[in-house]
Amino acid sequence: MSATMQPTWLMLGASSAVARAFAQEAAAHGAGILLAGRDMEDLERQAADLSIRHDVPAAPVPFDARDTASHAAFVEDCAARAGGPLNVFLAFGVMPDQAEADRDPAIAAGMVEANFTGATTVLAALAPVLEAQKQGVVVALGSVAGDRGRPRNYLYGATKAALLTYLQGYAARLSRSGVRVLCLKAGPVDTAMTWPLPKLPFMTTPRGFAAGAWKLAQKGGGGAYLPRIWWPVMTIIRSLPTRIFNKLDI
Amino acid sequence: MSDTMTEERAAAEAAEAHRAAGWKQVSLQGWGRSSAAPCLAARPERMRELMAALDVPEGRTLLPYGGGRAYGDQALNTGGAAVLTGRLDRILAFDPASGLVVTEPGVTFADLLRVFLPRGWLAPTSPGTAFVTMGGAVANDVHGKNHHRAGSFGDHVLWLDLLLPDGRQIRISDEEEPALFRATIGGMGLTGIITAVCFRMQPVPSNALTVQSRRIRNLDDFLAGFAAAADATWSVGWIDALAGGASLGRGILETAEPSETGVALPAGKTKAFPLEAPSWALNRMSVKAFNALYWRRVPEAGRQQLQHYGKFLYPLDAVLHWNRMYGRRGFHQFQCVLPFGPGEMALRRLLETISAAGDASFLAVLKVMGRPGRGLLSFALPGYSLALDIPARPGLRGLFASLERITREAGGRIYLAKDSLLSAEGFWEMYPEAQRFQEIRHSVDPEGRFSSDMAKRLGLAA
Ligand SMILES: Cc1cc2nc3c(=O)[nH]c(=O)nc-3n(C[C@H](O)[C@H](O)[C@H](O)COP(=O)(O)OP(=O)(O)OC[C@H]3O[C@@H](n4cnc5c(N)ncnc54)[C@H](O)[C@@H]3O)c2cc1C
Ligand SMILES: NC(=O)c1ccc[n+]([C@@H]2O[C@H](COP(=O)([O-])OP(=O)(O)OC[C@H]3O[C@@H](n4cnc5c(N)ncnc54)[C@H](OP(=O)(O)O)[C@@H]3O)[C@@H](O)[C@H]2O)c1
Repeated sequence: MSATMQPTWLMLGASSAVARAFAQEAAAHGAGILLAGRDMEDLERQAADLSIRHDVPAAPVPFDARDTASHAAFVEDCAARAGGPLNVFLAFGVMPDQAEADRDPAIAAGMVEANFTGATTVLAALAPVLEAQKQGVVVALGSVAGDRGRPRNYLYGATKAALLTYLQGYAARLSRSGVRVLCLKAGPVDTAMTWPLPKLPFMTTPRGFAAGAWKLAQKGGGGAYLPRIWWPVMTIIRSLPTRIFNKLDI
Repeated sequence: MSDTMTEERAAAEAAEAHRAAGWKQVSLQGWGRSSAAPCLAARPERMRELMAALDVPEGRTLLPYGGGRAYGDQALNTGGAAVLTGRLDRILAFDPASGLVVTEPGVTFADLLRVFLPRGWLAPTSPGTAFVTMGGAVANDVHGKNHHRAGSFGDHVLWLDLLLPDGRQIRISDEEEPALFRATIGGMGLTGIITAVCFRMQPVPSNALTVQSRRIRNLDDFLAGFAAAADATWSVGWIDALAGGASLGRGILETAEPSETGVALPAGKTKAFPLEAPSWALNRMSVKAFNALYWRRVPEAGRQQLQHYGKFLYPLDAVLHWNRMYGRRGFHQFQCVLPFGPGEMALRRLLETISAAGDASFLAVLKVMGRPGRGLLSFALPGYSLALDIPARPGLRGLFASLERITREAGGRIYLAKDSLLSAEGFWEMYPEAQRFQEIRHSVDPEGRFSSDMAKRLGLAA
């Protein structure tokens, strides 16, 4: 890959439907794509699709969020492959059933590792690269579930809240180098993660979500609810008195 | 009392187990919306998940479901399980020298148009809606307005990857497993799940065609018009199915040729038909008015226009979900092909029967078909194809039975992609290779793991 002024989007957790849709947006705008994840067979297919549809360079890179020791070398490899400025889309995450996580500590710890620990180590490894290039944007997928812990998925919510707090400091640090960090508080998106669940409110499609995320990624940083409707909804939910909140079946 | 409680608990536990395995209880519909099928559905985002979906909950059969554009019960599997293939939508390979493409099964004609038309390549043939998937295109061996010249979709397929009911994935073609290849083209999803399709696109000089439209006064005029247009690359006839008497078969004949000069892209998005129209909104008067208007749209002297391929190939797609227009009860579609010769008389009898029944149909579509398809259950035969919508209503079966009889007597056949009412007896007579199809199916699926509502209705599955 030759050095060009077109950025390369590094998709972390690239098999996720949200990441797939975002990669289509980015490639449609001419960006190169690095597809990082564990399912290499799937990422090969995605790389072929992106380069055929949009005539951009696209390549898979093995990445496991829980293998934190590998993250430094992984980032080095990605920076070398991109050859130009990197942007980052952080989409990996798991959402096992809360009850399952309560029963099995390995599942609980695995979720914290994948959603939080692994995110911080790969972001830490990326920070000097982003600072050196003095431009770029990091988009990370938080969740409305992180706004207030609910009985149904408070461990998952906690990992997303922790990620958000981490990203606040991370964003402040990188802003000094002209790098923007956008943390999206995502509402339900119609993906593999939510497919088996009963009907969820204000569900969006991956494509709709990605189009919104792309727009937001073009300007500013900070935090944003996506879709926007979740801002008023979560403002209300956050301000409910505990006594009432605890009785709600949400 | 305690019995129902145990049952409820058992049902809740089963639902939980299904959920954990990625299954969801859904209600699927055919495009005609005349029936709904409750079933479990998996929606794999990648091959690994597709493989896992073969592990169907005890006692259920499986069926792939693509774009949901089959009209009747063909893509439905009531009480069974469905694999929705729409998210498997990657284009895997493209060779700009030969036009060969390899896609996953959920890629649609809309994707092909968007990606390849700007580079001068068009699908070898295409059905009347772009929302059909490649899996569905193979499974019905679909045809387009160029059938008389280009044949059916299956004629352009070099090979398929097929996930068999037993979990093996194999490549099939004229050389490898040719019998299974012929059973899978037009095989209605009953031989396994198509996981990749390799086919050849056709080069086109621009994004547009020159379309000639002219008014046709009656059926004789139509048949003469088609005969004269035998060399046209594309041709299609729109018939006002409510016109009778001396105007029986009145309509518009469109022929089209690739144009050297293109058009600017049509602006705007497709509009979704807003609400479900009440069933009474569609009556003989409103349809008559619509059909008459459609006819007058073309000036008496005829008309020539430059049209984008998308507009010419997919005129109805401009209104997403137009099928809701027929109201809650939905509608049926009848499509048959009648061999040249005896077919002409039969065509007249079909139109007379429909016109006399006064059933509201927007437009009937008349096409000329060329060679027979390669699939054992392919629809195509050299002859005339007639297709029309009929809103669901009591007494409709009687009309369909008459249409089926006329079709059979003329040696024609009814198109399974559109069908919901054909009799099993009629099917076995119209599709003489059905027995061969069954033998091949049994060899790859001896336990009958794959099934559909249509397969049961037509006596292909228990
Ligand atoms: C407005 C409209 C216009 C049409 N015009 C035409 C036309 O001009 N010519 C024509 O030939 N047809 C036409 N059709 C019919 C349509 O092309 C066929 O019904 C087609 O098979 C639908 O494909 P689908 O992807 O929607 O599949 P579905 O409707 O979801 O399924 C159809 C069949 O394909 C099987 N199938 C789907 N995916 C797979 C897979 N991956 N592997 C194996 N089997 C699979 C299903 O099991 C089912 O039996 C039209 C339909 C509509 C709604
Ligand atoms: N869907 C929603 O409603 C919703 C709402 C709010 C937030 N989110 C967040 O949005 C993101 C994308 O989710 P999705 O809905 O698209 O779900 P998804 O399809 O399940 O995607 C999650 C992705 O994370 C990857 N992943 C999991 N563990 C990993 C690991 N250890 N290393 C590398 N990759 C790993 C998975 O890839 P492999 O298993 O192939 O490795 C998978 O591609 C997630 O962070 C999720 O929490 C989703």
